[in-house]
Amino acid sequence: MSKLLIEGVARTFPGLRGRPPTRALEPTHLAVADNDFITILGPSGCGKSTLLRIVAGLDTPTEGRVLLDGEPVTGPGPDRGMVFQSYTLFPWLTVRRNICFGLVEKGVPAQRQREIADYFIAKTGLKGFEDHYPKMLSGGMQQRTALARALANDPKILLLDEPFGALDNQTRALMQELLLGIWEGDRKTVLFVTHDIEEAIFLASRVVVMTARPGRIKSVITVDLPYPRVYTMKTSPEFAALKARLTEEIRAESIRADEELAARS
Amino acid sequence: MNLLTPLKPVSPTLRLALGIAFFVLFVAAWAAATFGGLIRPLFLADPLKTLESGWTLFTEFGFAFDVAVTIWRVVGGFILAAAIAVPLGIAMGAFKAVEAFFEPFVSFSRYLPASAFIPLLILWAGVGEAQKLLVIFIGSVFQLILMVAVIVGGTRTDLVEAAYTLGAKGRRIISRVMLPAAAPQIAEALRLVLGWAWTYVIVAELIGASSGIGHMIMDSQRLLDTGQMIFGIVVIGIIGLISDVLFKAANERLFPWYFR
Ligand SMILES: Nc1ncnc2c1ncn2[C@@H]1O[C@H](COP(=O)(O)OP(=O)(O)O)[C@@H](O)[C@H]1O
Ligand SMILES: [Mg+2]
Repeated sequence: MSKLLIEGVARTFPGLRGRPPTRALEPTHLAVADNDFITILGPSGCGKSTLLRIVAGLDTPTEGRVLLDGEPVTGPGPDRGMVFQSYTLFPWLTVRRNICFGLVEKGVPAQRQREIADYFIAKTGLKGFEDHYPKMLSGGMQQRTALARALANDPKILLLDEPFGALDNQTRALMQELLLGIWEGDRKTVLFVTHDIEEAIFLASRVVVMTARPGRIKSVITVDLPYPRVYTMKTSPEFAALKARLTEEIRAESIRADEELAARS
Repeated sequence: MNLLTPLKPVSPTLRLALGIAFFVLFVAAWAAATFGGLIRPLFLADPLKTLESGWTLFTEFGFAFDVAVTIWRVVGGFILAAAIAVPLGIAMGAFKAVEAFFEPFVSFSRYLPASAFIPLLILWAGVGEAQKLLVIFIGSVFQLILMVAVIVGGTRTDLVEAAYTLGAKGRRIISRVMLPAAAPQIAEALRLVLGWAWTYVIVAELIGASSGIGHMIMDSQRLLDTGQMIFGIVVIGIIGLISDVLFKAANERLFPWYFR
């Protein structure tokens, strides 16, 4: 059985002040197996965030439904951890207390909270920063904390919306390896949104390519690169072949999106 | 080194020096105008005369008691206003129905000048302490309610959403996200309103009071003692400045994540 089932999910935003409504997402179907690492790749504005927010329960679809372990999603909950592109750490809490936020809601005893936090602080390379406030951290460190905060809740599925989009290249590469390492160790089910082709290939067991707006799944491409993955693979011929193929798919979509924009103006 | 580069910070020492420099210039201009005979003493006492008046106020007229009474009125009225405005403002910011219920009335009331209520309040509450506190209360409470409501209502939605995905919901969203996020700004709003309370208290004391700094200023007018009047005004300014500095320091200590 699939861990996550997206069944004909579509989203139309009502138009503001008499303007026509925006069709952000065409009916979308996707089955995600347990322990799968799926990346969703598409040009910006194609509805990637919309889809992920619907899975998270932060937005409701106008058609279709989402099933997690066979149960329909009706709202947000701790079984779906989320890491956002924008920095969403609670600025009044230290790194450690940010990580413990969900554990407090669950009523986990303080001693156990401490152990779980220590585990993920070590795992995400945050040792020595436990008592820092988010303001004192670099972007990369903030996203590490956001990742640790989501993982500490032990969600059934991890949702990431361009979490490394605002980071510089070196930091982003490090974070990709960190995330893969965690996934290879803990075998979480992951849905990762990105518009970066290399990132999509490097992380995924399957890449879902979306069309330009209104978003639709164009193709699903299996990535057969071996594990554990290391950054040197990004220069391998297999990687290059996948990259060429996806670049072509995305290019066609970006051109189509541009033409549509030009036609409308 | 160009001091007039936009937004370029200045060192704390220079900052303090510039701040003091203005006071020095101000007093110098005052001294020049009065000692130089530009303005007659009847209208404006010179700095020395003002200090002298201040000395006699404290030694012969028990001015310390007036100062204490005024401080107590300001603090009392302010606490009364805060005790109502902060919880109500939070409820309005968090719950749209509560906001829809109170907002029109509060917006209307905020334009009612507190000083216009003084005759009515004297009728209702006499000329005692209750009336003084009520003037400050009316002057501050409506503004404060709206400020707190706007602050709480403006909580970053991405933080609220993050909390939802971490398992918080309902009232926990308020207690664990909205309140801590709004707290430093609410504290800053309180600091601002405390400043206004000082202007209301003097207005309240100008009419129907038998003690307080405002009452002393009224008395001095009858005696045409501009030295005492100016001294009273300066004392208000100094106390206001001290309370503001203390309030600010307390906020910075309470919310280091916000101010540093
Ligand atoms: N709340 C909203 N109201 C109206 N339109 C929206 C809203 N959110 C997203 N959209 C529109 O839906 C489309 C898809 O947005 P989004 O899912 O954020 O794209 P992506 O994440 O792929 O860049 C965009 O054209 C965007 O303008
Ligand atoms: Mg997006």
